[in-house]
Amino acid sequence: MTNGVNAVEVEDLTVAYRDEPVLWDVDVAIPRRVLAAIVGPNGAGKTTLIKSILGLVKPAAGRVSINGLSADTQRRLIGYVPQRGSIDWDFPTTVLDVVLMGRYGELGLFRRPRREDRDLARAALDKVGMADLADRHISQLSGGQQQRVFLARAVVQDADVYLMDEPFQGVDATTERAIVELLRDFRRAGKTVVVVHHDLQTVEEYFDWVTLLNVRLIANGPVRDAFTEENLRLTYGGRLAFAARNGADVARAAPEGGGEVAVLPQEG
Amino acid sequence: MLDWLSDYTLRTVALGAATIGIVSGVLGSFAVLRRQSLLGDAISHAALPGIAIAFIITGSKSLPVLVLGAAIAGWIGALLALRLSNVTRLKQDATLGLVLSVFFGFGLMLLTFVQRRPDATQAGLDKFLFGQAAALLQRDVIAMAVTGGVALLLIVLFWKEFKLLAFDPDFAAAIGFPVRAIDVVLTTLLVVAIVIGLESVGVVLMSALVVAPAAAARQWTDHLGGMVALAALFGAASGIAGAVISARAVNVPTGPTVVLCAASVVAVSLLFAPARGLVFARLRDRRTRRRFGARHVLEHLYALSEQHEDPGHAHATSVLEAMTGRRAGVGADLDALEGQGLAQRSADGEWAITDAGRDRIRRDRQVER
Repeated sequence: MTNGVNAVEVEDLTVAYRDEPVLWDVDVAIPRRVLAAIVGPNGAGKTTLIKSILGLVKPAAGRVSINGLSADTQRRLIGYVPQRGSIDWDFPTTVLDVVLMGRYGELGLFRRPRREDRDLARAALDKVGMADLADRHISQLSGGQQQRVFLARAVVQDADVYLMDEPFQGVDATTERAIVELLRDFRRAGKTVVVVHHDLQTVEEYFDWVTLLNVRLIANGPVRDAFTEENLRLTYGGRLAFAARNGADVARAAPEGGGEVAVLPQEG
Repeated sequence: MLDWLSDYTLRTVALGAATIGIVSGVLGSFAVLRRQSLLGDAISHAALPGIAIAFIITGSKSLPVLVLGAAIAGWIGALLALRLSNVTRLKQDATLGLVLSVFFGFGLMLLTFVQRRPDATQAGLDKFLFGQAAALLQRDVIAMAVTGGVALLLIVLFWKEFKLLAFDPDFAAAIGFPVRAIDVVLTTLLVVAIVIGLESVGVVLMSALVVAPAAAARQWTDHLGGMVALAALFGAASGIAGAVISARAVNVPTGPTVVLCAASVVAVSLLFAPARGLVFARLRDRRTRRRFGARHVLEHLYALSEQHEDPGHAHATSVLEAMTGRRAGVGADLDALEGQGLAQRSADGEWAITDAGRDRIRRDRQVER
């Protein structure tokens, strides 16, 4: 691919639900081979931005391109990890089956998954440390295991650009480490990963690119340039308290009006 | 008992009912998993005006004509309800309820209008309300089997598409599946499943055959394929049993009989399915509670023996009840512990831990460390 072409490019994107703008004239450019975080308060339009890039939400205005080409023609290159709570985990299916769904796009209509697809799915499960659970019913999984299944499905998609909606939500520390490792594997393999992220304390450690969003775009750039106290204040309004640690800005959200420093509440 | 196999009418009725049960069981599985159980109800009720209009236009009472009318009206009703919930702020259950009652009311009006017409040919359309399996002819059954067979073939062909649509529609759209089109195809197949059963089961109760076999099947398996196959089996069994019973008895309409048969399958499944059934879940709960309860009591006996100068000193049951904070079950737990040799009862009915009990506690604590 040409150098200098962005993995994801969003121009003049406006999305509205019944007169209420969710995203207003947003421009985002995310270069190739980075781990990018989309950060912003609840209701900032982070999920909507991801869904617009995926074509799941119809924007009122704007264009989306993937690797410089119209996103509609690039569906096969885009991997998607939805929010864990978006599906029914009591659905009658097994772990391996869910991972196999990552191959459906490649298979196209009518064709069934074959042995090599199954092998790919098992390898992906092994990669996320779930090889033993391949034949489990999905209702028997813990939250962290559910997230790993979704990530294994993303692995077998073998996409070029990944969009993930809060993959770290409600997982324990072990799973969080495993996910971060997987994201770095993706980057090493030349892929681009865009993650809706909530924990401001780990942005600098995990990501190299950040998009700060609150209906409008606040900032979009390398973490060291864009993830500043000023930009965070603009994104979260007066609800932020700052504390310096190890010379770096560590931002934490405090409850409105409260003087106490607290961890940012997770989106439901 | 099996003489119905040689009886032409009964055999026709039974085969027809089996076809209906299989097709609606399969399509119903997808409807139930997509939380669209009400959709079946809306489709079957919405089909009624289609039947009346088909008769008014053609003057024919032949089943294919009426069923085609039913299918068109049911299809329009279903898509209208789904579309309405997309473009208005009404939730899907509200739009389904709305379409169901408006179409059904309109259908009843047309039925009354048709029945008042001077020519006597109208009679018989009202059998579509509660169903009349005995009216089935062999050629009707063949037509039903062919239509239903095509529907099942499409399910097999689009298996992975329908599965993904039911499980994770956003992901399906994200990987480029034509989700809208797949959704319309699946809804159309549900319409087909419902209209082929209308004459035998009736518009009022047909939706039970969509929901009941699928709900029962879900209890027994954790695989989509298994669930769909079982739902087909349950649907066929309920259809045959209901049709045969209503054909044998005098003046028993088919629809309600089929529904009662399906309902008994649901009841048995809800109660007795091994993993999800209420009875076994209750038993498992009780066993777990008892195991932890006994363990809890043993811990307290151990604590008492540690505190007392004489480790073999016995304590009254009431002391243990006070320590565990439980009134019921402590006596039973003590008996169980005695059975395992972990506790012993003194001559005057008081309790102490045995050496084996002490060893058990100490060993477990070491493991925990």
